[in-house]
Amino acid sequence: MNEDTNREYLDMDLLRFTTAGSVDDGKSTLIGRLLYDSKAVFEDQMEAIEQSSKRKGDEIVNLALLTDGLRSEREQGITIDVAYRYFATPKRKFIIADTPGHIQYTRNMVTGASTANLAVILVDARKGVIEQTCRHSFIASLLRIQHIVLCVNKMDLVDYKEEVFDRIVSQFKDFASRLDVPQIEFIPISALNGDNIVDRLDNMPWYQGGSLLYFLEHVYVGNEFNHVDPRFPVQWVVRPQSREHHDFRGFSGRIAGGVFKKGDEVKILSSGFTSRIKKIHTFEGDLDEAFSPMSVSFTLEDEIDISRGDMIVKPNNTPHVGQDIDAMVCWFSDTSKLQVGRKYVLKHTSQEVRCMVKEIRYKVDINTLHKIEDDKEVELNDIARIKLRTSKPLFFDSYRRNRITGSIILIDSGTHETVAAGMIQT
Amino acid sequence: MHTYNLAHLKHLESEAIYVMLEVAAQFEKPVLLFSGGKDSLVMLRLAQKAFHPAKLPFPLMHIDTGHNFPETIDFRDILVKKTGERLIVRTVQDSIDKGRATEEKGLNASRNVLQTVTLLDSIEEFQFDAALGGARRDEEKARAKERFFSHRNEFGQWDPKLQRPELWNIFNGNKNFGEHFRVFPLSNWTEMDVWQYIAAEQLDIPSIYFTHEREVLKRGNVLLAKSDYVPLTDGESYETKRVRFRTVGDMTCTGAIESSASTLQDIINEVAAARVTERGARTDDKRSETAMEDRKKNGYF
Repeated sequence: MNEDTNREYLDMDLLRFTTAGSVDDGKSTLIGRLLYDSKAVFEDQMEAIEQSSKRKGDEIVNLALLTDGLRSEREQGITIDVAYRYFATPKRKFIIADTPGHIQYTRNMVTGASTANLAVILVDARKGVIEQTCRHSFIASLLRIQHIVLCVNKMDLVDYKEEVFDRIVSQFKDFASRLDVPQIEFIPISALNGDNIVDRLDNMPWYQGGSLLYFLEHVYVGNEFNHVDPRFPVQWVVRPQSREHHDFRGFSGRIAGGVFKKGDEVKILSSGFTSRIKKIHTFEGDLDEAFSPMSVSFTLEDEIDISRGDMIVKPNNTPHVGQDIDAMVCWFSDTSKLQVGRKYVLKHTSQEVRCMVKEIRYKVDINTLHKIEDDKEVELNDIARIKLRTSKPLFFDSYRRNRITGSIILIDSGTHETVAAGMIQT
Repeated sequence: MHTYNLAHLKHLESEAIYVMLEVAAQFEKPVLLFSGGKDSLVMLRLAQKAFHPAKLPFPLMHIDTGHNFPETIDFRDILVKKTGERLIVRTVQDSIDKGRATEEKGLNASRNVLQTVTLLDSIEEFQFDAALGGARRDEEKARAKERFFSHRNEFGQWDPKLQRPELWNIFNGNKNFGEHFRVFPLSNWTEMDVWQYIAAEQLDIPSIYFTHEREVLKRGNVLLAKSDYVPLTDGESYETKRVRFRTVGDMTCTGAIESSASTLQDIINEVAAARVTERGARTDDKRSETAMEDRKKNGYF
């Protein structure tokens, strides 16, 4: 590298993707392959898994061991928890959330998907589209992932036949017509052999598309953040105890939507007062404008009482303000069920309030996407549409419009565990 | 028309600042774990940015094994003085003297594991409820599964199977009395990101990261610095080499690499071409396949 390549490195953008598939679809092998072929695996890591594979009597090096880090995962040969992996090519930096495929670990898939822009979903070429494929795709769609890449893996085990691939593509298209995902891409691969992962090998001359890595490097993800609706949840009030900054009162946070400029008229929720942005402060100096997802602090022209949990917005573009929340939730607790009438702690942007479950409207059958209205027992990994009443007004947008101001989590006030993730519907 | 697109390093910076602000807001008594190593220097800079123009709303704390490189300790003290932030130092030696910890014996004895005792005792002494650390998920496979807000029970232990799901950027720091959190704002950074950030921010770093002549001892595949804490055994001898360190842990377990990198740019080039992970020269991780997970379960960083 030299100064120029440093500049390129600093200018690279970021793609966060999640991977999903059912047990033995070869997810970990695929990631191992991506890391290995893009040279993000180091010699000592390779040596360690070679030895480990040998000890277990595996004939080939088990690339899955690169991602399965926990003792019990290595013992059972399965992935339990979301593992985050990093690699970069000269084009992009990538963060992978590798999520397990077991039914009981749906919550991990939701977790991984919540921060991803793209989902890579694997199917086994021998099995085709199965229930879990549908479930993973639905979760990706629910979490508002804009791009799905369906990788038909283990093509080597079906003699690289085009008909097999075509059949799976049409099966999936059939199901996906009911999803809300703008872009779906199909790639035939063999994670084990490396076909169409980084390079296109010669085994499938009938496939004219690019490799998986090529797609990941080139897919457009500039629309990840909302740059339309200005939203600034106040996280922290900066009040330096020094003579130099005696009157300084800065409101710090990470912009959750839109663009703010110096001099902009702003409205403060919850008080409803208006003022103007005096300065946008950063450690490096003041800025003329700032946009999502930058972390900055504002000072205002007027002295207004503002604290954590308040939101700075523009008078002509305000979020919903209210105590009645309609949300799609995924239930995470294996020790308790979602109960109507029960109170939970709710976190939304920088606010923490109490809430009560008013109604469970329906559950979703995540294999067929049908509403279930006669069974309202919401247990671990269930997805349900519910109504909540909060102790204080929230300032929110629909999850479709803004992932940050449209998402909530529910916390059990006794155990402090996170028991649900919710996407606000308006 | 210009585009509103944040390059990845700015993105990571903004995320880390967000996490630090959440820690300041959600906890009563946070602390920033600080060793003077490169990751903790990046953490300090990010904290300064997060709370600018105010001072940090929490102190720094160093758990000193007593086996650190003297260059790092000198550097630490000068830097802390320059920034005017508060630094708490607690030593493993003290824990040993009080009978709270027992020195390891044998050839590769290290105080690495003993740090856990001192760390947990200090957290209890000051009633810290959140400890900010510079660990990254790319360092080690058990760390790859850890949350930004990582819960510790009243014994300071981590349970990898009972981790709270962490969604979007909503962090749940709620807990019972006596429990605490470890928080890792650099979770999504890689070694290369850290070096690029140090270069971009023009941060000073301890001299041992740069090439220098040093007497070293080759044990297995690891080059250990000559020190009072690493006794020679039969057949071993020192040789003088041009080396530098990729991490600054204890002298007993941090291996040197042969290198002529004398500038940040040289280091970046070396990292870009490296075929071994930065922890590849750490003997503490090599004790078993799950050495890091096992230590973390007991309360290690």
